Amino acid sequence: MTIATTTELICFLVLSAVVVLGALGVVLLSNIVYSAFLLGGVFTAVAGLYLLLNASFVAAAQILVYVGAINVLILFAIMLVNKREDLKAIANLGVRRAVSGGVCLGLFALLVRVVVTTPWNLPGPPAVGEEATARIGEHLFTDYLLPFELASVLLLMAMIGAIVLARRDVLAKDVVTGETADQALIEKARTPLLLERRSS
Amino acid sequence: MTDLLSGFPSLQAFLLLAAMLFCIGVWGLINSRNAVRVLMSIELMLNAVNINLMSFSSYVDGDLIRGQVFTVFVITVAAAEAAVGLAILLSLYRNRVTVDMEQFNLLRW
Repeated sequence: MTIATTTELICFLVLSAVVVLGALGVVLLSNIVYSAFLLGGVFTAVAGLYLLLNASFVAAAQILVYVGAINVLILFAIMLVNKREDLKAIANLGVRRAVSGGVCLGLFALLVRVVVTTPWNLPGPPAVGEEATARIGEHLFTDYLLPFELASVLLLMAMIGAIVLARRDVLAKDVVTGETADQALIEKARTPLLLERRSS
Repeated sequence: MTDLLSGFPSLQAFLLLAAMLFCIGVWGLINSRNAVRVLMSIELMLNAVNINLMSFSSYVDGDLIRGQVFTVFVITVAAAEAAVGLAILLSLYRNRVTVDMEQFNLLRW
């Protein structure tokens, strides 16, 4: 066992421990801000796993998109909807958690069985290693050109859709009083639509 | 022991790690009361799938690395999904003033 494989082994064990413990923390911690930061740690550890798999470009993309964009977006969402609320107790919560935990353990056992018993076609062709980034570029502009363009259209649609969904409609006149609405105070508190309708 | 560990960070080890991450994500998806945490669990599951694709790309398809291209596409779709999901969450919060998943029964018949 050479020193390179030992180092690889130690890196893999540390990274996978960070991934599993971080994911458990994301799911189980009661404070959601801690969960969001742990999620960033999980994403970073997954990027480290990609580096172990000779994929520097995808590791960089993982850091940029997941840690830099999605995690920050989740933190913003927590900030915007952060209200301390006492959740209503629901009956049989423990039973529900135990049953779903059993289902997840069963799924895990099934996956373990598939992984262990399948005769994988190993070893495959030698890995390209550092050439991977150039190879991804070739793929994206030859045989995966159409999905690549479709992904750009998808991103545009998601951007427009997110703006439309999250936008607050601003009326020039107040609907109730007929006065000109104070545009400087767009974010002023008002009772939400469905609550009004339900109470009346 | 040395023989067992000789190629240890093997395909199976990566697949088992991904399976564990996916199951944690499924559990969180089912049991979270907070809608933001549901979105986080979905991201965990997507990451598990990405680990699977990357390990297959490295161990089985080393010269064509199609798995890495697929991972790039999955990351793209995950970014779009997170943006739209959080926008839906904001508009739900504006109408319901809660992030409790048990209260979101608008589509229940």
